[in-house]
Amino acid sequence: MSLVESRVTLTLTYIALAILLVITLFPVALLLLNSVKPAAQIVQNPLAWPETFRWDNFTRAWQDARFGQTMWNSIVLTATTIVLVCTTASLTAYVLARRKIRTWKIVTFYLLATTTAPIQLFLFPLYFGFARLGLINNPFAVALIYTAVYSPFAIMLLRTYFLAVPKELEEAALIDGATHWQVFTRVMLPIVSPGILTVALIIGLYSWNEFLIATTFLQRADRMTAVVSFFLLSGQYSSDWGEIMAAALIIVLPVVVLFVFLQRRFIEGMAGGSVKG
Amino acid sequence: MHRLYVVPTLIINVVIILLPAMLTIALAFFRWDGITAPSFVGLQNFRELWADNVFWTALTNNIIWTAIFLTLPIAMGLLAATMLLIARRGSLFFQVIYFLPMIIATAIIARIWQGMIYSPVSGINGLLQRFGLPTYDPLTQPSTALLGIATVDLWHWWGFLCVIFFAALRQVPQEHIEAARIEGANFWQMMRYVLLPAIRPTITLMMIMTVIWSFLVFDFVYILTQGGPAFSSEVLSTMAYRSAFYDLAVGKAAAVAIVISLFGLAATAFYIQAQAREFEE
Repeated sequence: MSLVESRVTLTLTYIALAILLVITLFPVALLLLNSVKPAAQIVQNPLAWPETFRWDNFTRAWQDARFGQTMWNSIVLTATTIVLVCTTASLTAYVLARRKIRTWKIVTFYLLATTTAPIQLFLFPLYFGFARLGLINNPFAVALIYTAVYSPFAIMLLRTYFLAVPKELEEAALIDGATHWQVFTRVMLPIVSPGILTVALIIGLYSWNEFLIATTFLQRADRMTAVVSFFLLSGQYSSDWGEIMAAALIIVLPVVVLFVFLQRRFIEGMAGGSVKG
Repeated sequence: MHRLYVVPTLIINVVIILLPAMLTIALAFFRWDGITAPSFVGLQNFRELWADNVFWTALTNNIIWTAIFLTLPIAMGLLAATMLLIARRGSLFFQVIYFLPMIIATAIIARIWQGMIYSPVSGINGLLQRFGLPTYDPLTQPSTALLGIATVDLWHWWGFLCVIFFAALRQVPQEHIEAARIEGANFWQMMRYVLLPAIRPTITLMMIMTVIWSFLVFDFVYILTQGGPAFSSEVLSTMAYRSAFYDLAVGKAAAVAIVISLFGLAATAFYIQAQAREFEE
């Protein structure tokens, strides 16, 4: 049974939804359209269909944003963060979900509190501390920061997956003589692997797109991430917007492709992690 | 034995967040340029903030920002979510598209809006001007810079809320909806007495998070205007960042960070309360 039966209401609803659709897609369309146009044509009319397709926007963007280097930096940083978050968070989430330690309430409370801590509250001492230790421009150090910032979210999400595993499974394995560690690695982890995949995707997305920490801690040209390199490229005044949009598309495209294929996981993970806690 | 499982998480968290956070609180009472030895100045940093016009602008902007994001995107999200509920067919498709801006990097979104829409040279704005319309780049005017930035964030953000509200609305038991219909409730009555009360916990949580996030907003402001023109779009987080890394007034930055945290703290108290209730099941 539907909420509203009147045909008029239904039509109006679709019209409103379509308008929102256009609003959402309009800037994305501008990105696509202008990434293949010469700068002069964009200045004439950013809405016009390209008269000539300038595919070399992409090769110039690749060179000027030094994507050969900076993309690789982003990949290394993202991969390191994913590994760190998934390992540490699954351990913690398992223990918290099963209430295996007496202090589970305090730990949960503490982690929830840090999800809402403003970055500025720890950024400055962290920066000057890292500077003293020579950890600026060190991707592993940045991956550790991301891990600290993102793992409470990952723990809360993974916790719900661990909760869904029946207790009997663990007990049976223990009776069969498995150690606690084996129960965790051989029984629990394979069952919650869909949850770990979701966490990996979302943490990957966040690290790939992150700006504030990356721009602060990875400043050297050979260490910066693709997003920061794009930011610097697009901040120059002699801007060729065709090239800038091409650079943007290079960064966005892999993310959108993943999103199209795995949108369910992205949406459930991002929405679930913040709503269900 | 199981205690060891939480050790990696806690060590990383304490080293990266807790210890530096405590240092920030201490630093707020010192004058420090980040290099030489810090000197204790008591409440001097806070007194200077009190007398600083930029600080008050930034604080006001954060409050305006919170007001905008507590109303517009939540209303848009709720409205779109209920429309998805009515439409049913195609709701997944709409949902995915509305969510799309959330996965694009903030730096890229900012540049698309800046160059392709707001810019009087390369953007839609320039096109409109050539047609003789008296438009201008909102980012270059002190009176509209903040609204220009908020529009970009709104575009990026509302779809996320829509998806969350839609997920919550679908959890409303069908019997409740049917019962209301049999009673002869029209659409607005359905909203008012059945749907909204049913998803109130979700709305409350999103409003709490909105308050917390509104005091953290950084990326779009920093990229689009750097707080300008003439500090008109400055928010507390960009002010703190500039103080620490451009003016090398780390003590002042720490004081601003504490102000941000105080607002966050109030909302966080509500947040933890709400989450803890959920956590108990």
